Amino acid sequence: MPKFYGKELESSLMLGTSLYPSPFILREAFKASRAGVATVSIRREGVTSRSGQKFWSHIRELEVAILPNTAGCHSVREAVTTAEMAREIFQTNWVKLEVIGDPDTLHPDSFGLVEAAQKLTESGFEVFPYCTEDLTICQRLVDVGCQVLMPWGAPIGTGMGLNNIFGLRSLRAKFPDITLVIDAGLGVPSHAARAMELGYDAVLLNTAVAKAGNPVEMARAFSLAAEAGARAYLADAIEPREMATPSTPLIGQAVLD
Amino acid sequence: MTIMMNGESYEFDGVTLSDLLAELQLINARIAVAVNGDFVCRAERNTLVVEAGDRVEIVAPQAGG
Repeated sequence: MPKFYGKELESSLMLGTSLYPSPFILREAFKASRAGVATVSIRREGVTSRSGQKFWSHIRELEVAILPNTAGCHSVREAVTTAEMAREIFQTNWVKLEVIGDPDTLHPDSFGLVEAAQKLTESGFEVFPYCTEDLTICQRLVDVGCQVLMPWGAPIGTGMGLNNIFGLRSLRAKFPDITLVIDAGLGVPSHAARAMELGYDAVLLNTAVAKAGNPVEMARAFSLAAEAGARAYLADAIEPREMATPSTPLIGQAVLD
Repeated sequence: MTIMMNGESYEFDGVTLSDLLAELQLINARIAVAVNGDFVCRAERNTLVVEAGDRVEIVAPQAGG
């Protein structure tokens, strides 16, 4: 089971809280997913609507760990200030650190990410950086104190799955003791299973569940898939090979020609 | 005086950030505040003097992925 900065959770699924058709479906999807972590954001509060206070009343009922994000931040300063505000609001040192470099692909600004991760770690934050599978950047993130890495599978919201299996496998091999989470890009449960089969500790998703025709059923499917993948990894799968090898014994076969 | 509050002009005649939050009935709400891009922690709200033209951002929990 995944361990995040000393806190062990019973589920390898982390779920976002955005884009659901209704608060009721959000709650039912969380129940079906058995997710142990909910990601949230901070946005301007409506003075008359007080929509943030209403949203929080729904989220606190979920009774899961809260992981605030810095979504939408394009600079180190913005991301650090957002993290500071989120810490006061949610009373947690956890922060899903996003520093976006490219507006079309939402590719992280890897340089800004390392700088922001360092500043936040020095201020007592426990940083979950949204990164890519770049080994050098990930090493830098670990060097500045990150104990969790969250490489994308594919760009946020695309549902393309794991675009770089080789890179993700290399990352797992390079950092055997770091908690690794696939964050973003998953579309169907088999993507989650595949990530877990690679030895990843958890998967974080939102759009694939919230925008499915039946979010609750999709949440349940992702939960089962993540569990299947995790069990398969522990069970030590066979290596693929190119030549066939019969599974039925050849010895004792009757001669019938 | 006129300040910018969450991106809109706002007429404010109080003194401190706490005065502003009280006026908006947000003193006990689950919010955080930044003034001119700098985070202002809860403990500093009583002493931070709001000045004309200040950009005040008041944020709260929202959905996120």
